[in-house]
Amino acid sequence: MVSDKDPSTDRAARHDPIYDAMAESPEFKELRHRYRAFVFPVTVAFLAWFLLYVVMSNWAESFMAQKVVGNINVALVFGLLQFVTTFLIAYAYSRYSATRLDPLADQLLHVYEEETR
Amino acid sequence: MDHQWITTALFLAVVALTIFVTVRASRSTSGTSDFYAGGRSFSPIQNGLAIGGDYMSAASFLGISGTIALSGYDGFLYSIGFLVAWLVALLLVAEMLRNSGRFTMADQLAFRMKQRPVRMAAATSTVVVSIFYLLAQMVGAGLLVALLLGVDSQAVKNIVILGVGFLMIFYVTVGGMKGTTWVQIVKAVLLMTGSALIVVLVLAQFNFNLSELLGAAADNSGKGQAFLEPGLKYGATLTSKLDFVSLGIALVLGTAGLPHILIRFYTVPTAKDARKSVLWAIGLIGVFYLFTLVLGFGAAAMLDTATLDTSGNLAAPRLAEEVGGGVDSTGGAILLALISAVAFATILAVVAGLTLTSSASVAHDIYNNVIRKGEATEKEEIRVTRYAAAAIGLVAILLAIPAQSLNIAFLVALAFAVAASANLPTILFNMFWRRFNTRGALWSIYGGLISSVTLVIFSPVMSGKGIDPVTGKNRSLLPTDIDISWFPLENPGLVSIPLGFLLGIIGTLSKREPAAEDRYTELEVRALTGAGAEKAVSH
Repeated sequence: MVSDKDPSTDRAARHDPIYDAMAESPEFKELRHRYRAFVFPVTVAFLAWFLLYVVMSNWAESFMAQKVVGNINVALVFGLLQFVTTFLIAYAYSRYSATRLDPLADQLLHVYEEETR
Repeated sequence: MDHQWITTALFLAVVALTIFVTVRASRSTSGTSDFYAGGRSFSPIQNGLAIGGDYMSAASFLGISGTIALSGYDGFLYSIGFLVAWLVALLLVAEMLRNSGRFTMADQLAFRMKQRPVRMAAATSTVVVSIFYLLAQMVGAGLLVALLLGVDSQAVKNIVILGVGFLMIFYVTVGGMKGTTWVQIVKAVLLMTGSALIVVLVLAQFNFNLSELLGAAADNSGKGQAFLEPGLKYGATLTSKLDFVSLGIALVLGTAGLPHILIRFYTVPTAKDARKSVLWAIGLIGVFYLFTLVLGFGAAAMLDTATLDTSGNLAAPRLAEEVGGGVDSTGGAILLALISAVAFATILAVVAGLTLTSSASVAHDIYNNVIRKGEATEKEEIRVTRYAAAAIGLVAILLAIPAQSLNIAFLVALAFAVAASANLPTILFNMFWRRFNTRGALWSIYGGLISSVTLVIFSPVMSGKGIDPVTGKNRSLLPTDIDISWFPLENPGLVSIPLGFLLGIIGTLSKREPAAEDRYTELEVRALTGAGAEKAVSH
């Protein structure tokens, strides 16, 4: 990107003041709030849930070894539940994005495209 | 029927198919956006398949099923970690990266940092991670072909490594990102259908009853119920338990820092498509890792595990032979050949992605932006990418030949540890922390990179494990009379990942860089809304 360069600082130059205006808009602040309000707690939750699985595998062997049905034990069910929660979180995020994030992002993008036309 | 003919024919068919899609893709490739990002015009389903094709490596297919076949339940950690890791990529990385970068991992850093040092650092870590990963795939290819030809000849393995090396250089230099993507899509379809077939055949032997399969695996393993419980491989001592934690953390945090995965997010038109392609990939990869559970326990139940090699890497192809009717049966020969060809396709697709990623980073980050200060034309940059692909291919060939005694899953786990230590902290800080700056990025990348690699050099993997009492083989890489080990864990993640994050924080707080903070506003607006993001190429 030749045009973006600012040789004195060896850094991409600022593009357009419109970004500052967008950053100050209530829509953007709301978008940012909604995005972070979902991804931060959910990330902490699934990492903790995964770590709990790792720790239990190591230090709660007798609990993990209990049979649930036939040869299927708690450890296997716990492992499979990690699959279930991964699928559920992915689905929930896709729903949340489509209903709560995309409309705001599209609105802001529209403003940007109008201004820079 | 002579099974070697079927095998050879299927291998050649796989190679011919990949060459065909590469050449076809090369016809619609012109500028850098085509060459590095496939014109950003793949659909979410296509990219989802390609992500799966890029991600499900020989370590997943051969390594995980082999580890479960030998060590039972503990091998399942790999499957779970490799899958859960995708949530980090989905929630925190994919869309923001698509909106703020162009071709490489370094682009989103260069957006607000001092370009040349951060590009140099990010390119270095891209090449290191990719080469570790490449070695694993090439070693796997050598093993696989030697098994199929029924020879344990070093010369044959070396020839295969050479062949794979030349093929990957071909895919990248001729087909660029479009060719690479199509190779990955073809592979994902082959891998999913091939492994689904074996899974159904295995389950049919046990009346589609998972409990019955597990029972048979426990009995046949000779370890009883312990085979189905955690702890067989990692439960012996506190050190091995910590190794398990270390591996788990590296797996779950590594994925979103793997450069060859990150650049796949650039191949779709918008951030929404990047999100959708990750959703497809999660579905595909999740189902595949459930398959590995059946393949691993199936191999434990049906094969004489004493006859498997010590790394277990060949459990899946041997299982295919068994469910097809056993050794010397036509059905067995056909399924063995089929699954081995699928595994070979798997390896080819992954090495193509890795070679493209690392050579693109050398050309785009180091050559164009560091050496030529951004003045190189697109043509020059692509030409340098081709040279770089050839050079990286040759380096990988030269390193893979002596690395053949290493376990595939281990090498990949190491690549994950380096990616999680050196790449992930910078990516997350850059996106979410206004104060983050050039010094923080450099400390984090180089600190994570150097600490993870150094800890491996002084770990039991390199030296000090001594002779295996059962097989009589040396369990470390260096000869037994050399012992330089002082770090007790095999996976460095537990130490190097927190260190990568910590160095990023300390580096940042020790110096203010107002320009980087100032440009964060633009980065954040662009990352969240897509304003000013790179557009798809229309032909």
